[in-house]
Amino acid sequence: MDILYLLSLLCLSLGCLCNLIAGIGIIRFPDFYSRMHAAGISDVTGAGLILIGLMLQSDWSTTLSKLILILLFTLLTSPTISYTLANTAVKAKYKAKAKDNSKWQKDMEAK
Amino acid sequence: MMLVIAIATILLVMLLALLRAFLGPSLYDRILAVNVFGTKTVLFIAVLGFLTGRPDFLDIAMIYALLNFIGVIGVLRFFEYSGQESKDEH
Amino acid sequence: MSLAFIHISILCFLLVTVLAIVRMRDLLAVVMLLSIYSLLSACFFVVMDAVDVAFTEAAVGIGISTLLLLSTLALTKRFERPHRTEPVLALFLVLTTGALLVYGTLQMPPFGSASAPAHQHVAAYYIEQSFLDTGIANMVTSVLASYRGYDTLGELMVIFTAGIGVLALLELKTDTKVSRKTEIPAPMAAHHILRIVSKMLIPFILMFALYVQFHGDFGPGGGFQAGVIFSSAIVLYTMVFGLDAALKVISFAWLRFFAALGGLVFGATGVLALVSGKNFLDYHALAEDPIRAQHLGVLLVEVGVGITVAAVIILVFMSFTRQMAENGKA
Repeated sequence: MDILYLLSLLCLSLGCLCNLIAGIGIIRFPDFYSRMHAAGISDVTGAGLILIGLMLQSDWSTTLSKLILILLFTLLTSPTISYTLANTAVKAKYKAKAKDNSKWQKDMEAK
Repeated sequence: MMLVIAIATILLVMLLALLRAFLGPSLYDRILAVNVFGTKTVLFIAVLGFLTGRPDFLDIAMIYALLNFIGVIGVLRFFEYSGQESKDEH
Repeated sequence: MSLAFIHISILCFLLVTVLAIVRMRDLLAVVMLLSIYSLLSACFFVVMDAVDVAFTEAAVGIGISTLLLLSTLALTKRFERPHRTEPVLALFLVLTTGALLVYGTLQMPPFGSASAPAHQHVAAYYIEQSFLDTGIANMVTSVLASYRGYDTLGELMVIFTAGIGVLALLELKTDTKVSRKTEIPAPMAAHHILRIVSKMLIPFILMFALYVQFHGDFGPGGGFQAGVIFSSAIVLYTMVFGLDAALKVISFAWLRFFAALGGLVFGATGVLALVSGKNFLDYHALAEDPIRAQHLGVLLVEVGVGITVAAVIILVFMSFTRQMAENGKA
């Protein structure tokens, strides 16, 4: 049981770290599209690691199966939301606040 | 002990998402913040259930995991229905 | 260790959210903030150990409240009109009334104390006798469906009346077939990923609704929550695949029938008890063994509640969608 407890502590701390990094990213990134990258980290990696850490702490019971289901549904819905949100923003012609990328564009066209 | 640290971290990320929901210059930032908040609520309720020793809470976490994206889809349907581009508010 | 920091931080978040809601002019952003408010409320109810209330807040706030507010916004304006004058008199009145109310609560017993008048008399009886009388582990369900079943019937009728009110306001035409050739908005159907993920999720949501319905005896759950979750699944289907496809699944006529059917099942249980010579909604008329009778009565009543709540919410949402369609194209 001890090794499982240590593993669960590891997963929980990694999950908290991912969440914190993503949270700081949501505040500090300059633009919506880049903030979505940060939010994706918190939604999938952060949530997944914390849920796996909780799973390692519970024994074979209904709790474990419910946690597995929650993990599955989170993994299913979070990327879908990211995709749908980005797609709608692009279709509504919401411009990214990029710095001057005309030089990059000229390079791409020259190739 | 680790669970208390986890809850404190989750509350902190909730605060950051809340700040983004207030500040976000466009509507899409706010929708993003709501989505992050929803995922953090799932985690909060699950960890709190383990902390207080009552695994009944996992039903509530499962509801949020399933229904979290219905609100977002609704807002996006609103955009496609009215066909408007999201103007930046003041 | 004390977990007071959780209570304090959630209350602070609630306060800050409400202040932001009041100051914003863009109603779409306000709807987003309201859904954050609902998430925070559910967290707060969970922290205070009120699991059934948190369950209902979760089910209603995350799916239905946000969607109905958005549908209303789609039929009206998006931005709030700015005030011409500052409402000073209204602010003064609100502050005075609030101060008087707070002064009134200073005389009340401390929060959650066992000697408060609300916790004497009947509450103690329920806590001690509820499992012995009804055999149901969840006290909230036994009080809601058995001891106070008559109040629950009234609540169900309130929901039914709300559905009828929406139908009357939106002037639904009597022909239930959508026969016009203009397309009902199905804009999300072009997102293939969304269609596939929705098709995978909807059966699970429906199954979870059934689980919540029948698990209400042992854990948090019951008829109301199950009905709302069930309707969320159908609402998701309507949003992604369009109103035409959803009407092929269940038409307006069936929805109206089911909305009334739930209330009828509830009332019929009561009348059955009357006809057998006992009081209205006395479940002991349903079976010989009292515990079995209570279980049966609670089951019938909760099923009735679930059916009506689901049907009414789907009806309201589809009426809004149809109104949006007629506005958009006509």
